[in-house]
Amino acid sequence: MIGKGIPRKESLDKVTGYAKYTADYETPDMLHAGLVISPHAHAIIKQIDISGAVKMPGVRAVVKGENLPLTGEELSDRPPIAYDRVRFHGEVIAIVVADTPYLAERGAAMVKVQYELLPVVNSPSEALRQDAPLLHPNLGEYKKIQMVYPVPGTNIATLTKIRKGNMKKGWDESKVVVEEKFAFRPSDHAAMETRCSFAQIHPNGTIEITSSSQAPFLIKRLIGQYFNIPPGYIRVNTPLVGGAYGGKSSTQLEILAYLASKAVGGRLVKILNTREQDMLTSPGHIGLEAIVKIGSTNDGNLKVAELLYFWDGGAYSDKSIDLSRAGAVDCTGPYNIENIWCDSLCMYTNHPYAAPFRGFAHSEVLFAFERTMDVLAKKLNMDPLELRYKNAILPGHTNPTQVRLTSSTVGNLPKCIKKLKEIFNWEEGQLIELDDERVRAKGISCIWKNSTIDPDASSGVILSYNTDGSINLISGVIEIGTGTKTVLAQILAEKLKMDINDIHVQMEVDTLNTPEHWKTVASRGTFMAGRAVLAAAEDVIHQLKSLASFILRTRVDDLEVGYGKVYVKSDSKKYIPIKDIAYGYSFPNGNAIGGQIIGRGHYMFSGITYLDKETGAGNPGPEWAVGAQGVEVELNRRDYTYRIVRAVSVIDAGKVLNEKMAVGQVMGAMSMGLSFAGRETFRFDSKGIVLNPQLRTYRPIRFGEHPIYEVAFVETPVKDAPYGARGLGEQGLLGMPAALGNSLSAALTVNINYLPLIPELLWKVKEGG
Amino acid sequence: MAQSLVKKIGVSLEINGEQRQVEIRPADTLLYVLRNYLGLTGAKPGCLNGDCGACSVIVNEKVYKSCIMLAVEAVESKVTSIEGLSDSPIQKAFVEHFAFQCGYCTPGFIMNTHAMLLHEPHPTYETIKEWLSSNICRCTSYQEIEDAVFSVIGRDK
Ligand code: FES
Ligand code: FES
Repeated sequence: MIGKGIPRKESLDKVTGYAKYTADYETPDMLHAGLVISPHAHAIIKQIDISGAVKMPGVRAVVKGENLPLTGEELSDRPPIAYDRVRFHGEVIAIVVADTPYLAERGAAMVKVQYELLPVVNSPSEALRQDAPLLHPNLGEYKKIQMVYPVPGTNIATLTKIRKGNMKKGWDESKVVVEEKFAFRPSDHAAMETRCSFAQIHPNGTIEITSSSQAPFLIKRLIGQYFNIPPGYIRVNTPLVGGAYGGKSSTQLEILAYLASKAVGGRLVKILNTREQDMLTSPGHIGLEAIVKIGSTNDGNLKVAELLYFWDGGAYSDKSIDLSRAGAVDCTGPYNIENIWCDSLCMYTNHPYAAPFRGFAHSEVLFAFERTMDVLAKKLNMDPLELRYKNAILPGHTNPTQVRLTSSTVGNLPKCIKKLKEIFNWEEGQLIELDDERVRAKGISCIWKNSTIDPDASSGVILSYNTDGSINLISGVIEIGTGTKTVLAQILAEKLKMDINDIHVQMEVDTLNTPEHWKTVASRGTFMAGRAVLAAAEDVIHQLKSLASFILRTRVDDLEVGYGKVYVKSDSKKYIPIKDIAYGYSFPNGNAIGGQIIGRGHYMFSGITYLDKETGAGNPGPEWAVGAQGVEVELNRRDYTYRIVRAVSVIDAGKVLNEKMAVGQVMGAMSMGLSFAGRETFRFDSKGIVLNPQLRTYRPIRFGEHPIYEVAFVETPVKDAPYGARGLGEQGLLGMPAALGNSLSAALTVNINYLPLIPELLWKVKEGG
Repeated sequence: MAQSLVKKIGVSLEINGEQRQVEIRPADTLLYVLRNYLGLTGAKPGCLNGDCGACSVIVNEKVYKSCIMLAVEAVESKVTSIEGLSDSPIQKAFVEHFAFQCGYCTPGFIMNTHAMLLHEPHPTYETIKEWLSSNICRCTSYQEIEDAVFSVIGRDK
């Protein structure tokens, strides 16, 4: 069962149109909300005139932002609805609630807002300038949680420091030093399902929210926190989610739906983002400016790394604080470097703010670091793959936060590199001239990723039997397309030695009856929920055995559960079918004992710690997943157009639980990484306005533009994970930007340190155009 | 003014082989009518701008983006949405080749592929590309979709 390519459990629903996503739910009593959003990136709101909208027939309420609590996951800096000032293009200024979506939109267009424009902060480096306008003059007064270090009087929302080893020693030992600068703008997740939420308030005060989210339990917690509501009075439902990639783990639209419902006496109100709002108003993908300086000995032993990361977190810090911290934790590539200095600054700018993006700050950091590795290799006159192999991080080494690694926590990077070398035909050479215009070039990148998660994040599972001996599996993991719930069913089927078709998985999550799973992020679903499934299975096994032991008149420890029975180990002909005891056992005379067997299990990581403020030392997460990737392009040197021919990933998966789904996860992530690196960015004008908030002008990879994908796995088990499996949902993406950048830089023999890698950029860098 | 904006007209639409009477605004798109009046939510809104293909349906054997087509344009036509398709080989192929993850783009891709095969049972790769590049999938790498399509045509790329 483990390892097999079982199709996902919700397959049939998804190919017949029956699969239901949040926006698919609609009732006749439902009202609809339209958003009024800011056309400016930075302005004082002089006046909001809602009189025209209020008068429109069919409009039920107009909600403005005065007197609302400040929100934000780690630092409370964001008014849910702007009222005195707007800080980014797309920020919400009012919500219009009306009978139909059409009327709500009309109503929103009737709201008149007067602005006084303010100077705009259009990049992290601008934000750092002495004379930069301050986005948050009250930064020092905002409420915050642990490990958040804002610098009041600046645009720095938080500063995370890594100090490891002795920098002076590192530079002294280095004979070859390179320094490179990098930059790219914020972009977007562009999930095909735009975010949607609806909310109502029941007569007893219970707030019920349905949302396309990766984190319904977080919504419950944050809404409770922001509005002072006891947790039992908040219920959050999540149906299937139409793509998330991190972007749906922020709590944003849900707050608006709640406020809208409150304004109409608790009636059910739905908000469905338009594509433009989904890209601008709801949080997107963080941008970065970086300076990477590394030094090595003459024979390529890395000795030192000095790193400056300036994250373009946008107007509010919500999740970018955590992202900038994660970027500090894994601030280098996966190499053994004894001396590291890193400052990771989460900067405020007048850009749309950030949500997590698949890879959680890692593909961004790796683009900068792994590009610099190639620059170093060139200066050393060394094969870039060899340089990486030589410095690969191994068990016994320490990471930037000074955790000593083991084979369980760090896997086997050298093996991944070797395998990549083979699959990628590295030996044939990095560059092949095809004719006087066209060249084929290869680029590589190593990857690693830990998941900085809350030290007390937990996951729970409930199993209940049906009368035929089949099982219902309930977990708080959200089915965002990763197939985790199917993998959980596989884990359970393996453990109970039963047919996977006899496991019924609840796809939707309802926080009222579903045990909590922290958040469906960070590729942690399988690890945490998988352990919870195993614990719940143990619970069920224990109950079945104790009931069976006295029916079969045998000791509990002589019994075994499997194949739909509880049987005696030494004599499998002595057994009782599970279906006969799943709901208790009836004796021939009618006496009955027991009841429905219900199993429960939960899991929490142990040993995760906060990071030290001054040095960053601490244990950030359970394990690093490592890998090596390559991208091959065919470039036309005359007009700078190129085609991505092939993309390869070798990833240490720990253990592959569902081969086909694992390959699909990795390939999908690779595609998203290539799309981000090759095509995607918000285009800002000088006033901070996003010029391309739609899929016509913001253009992801389309069918036919895809290369050939190849995926291979190495299996070095993680000690505590179910069957040793490592996180897999993000790894495929991590090295794609760097590998693509490295291949194009090699093809043009020039350093290309910006994204996205479009022909115009290549031409500019090469010809100084 | 607003009252006149919501003035409705009665139309009869043939959807998945059934005649359906609906009261709609003349400006309602086919996508809106399918989803919000008829409860056929298989066609998805992704952009409402003709850019993503998530809303694709078949009208008289041609594939249309229902978000940029008015419902009144579909009067006297035969509309097929994903709900009207069952046991088509392409549906099975999508399952077998893991050609979706979140599934949100899937109805659109399936309708588009189905329509293509009605017109071109033996399409070249160029033809496939031309048809399918009008839809976006953010989860898969497209290679899985390509595999599914070729499995139905019965040959390799
Ligand atoms: S919703 Fe119709 S093309 Fe995107
Ligand atoms: S399967 Fe998610 S967008 Fe295609």
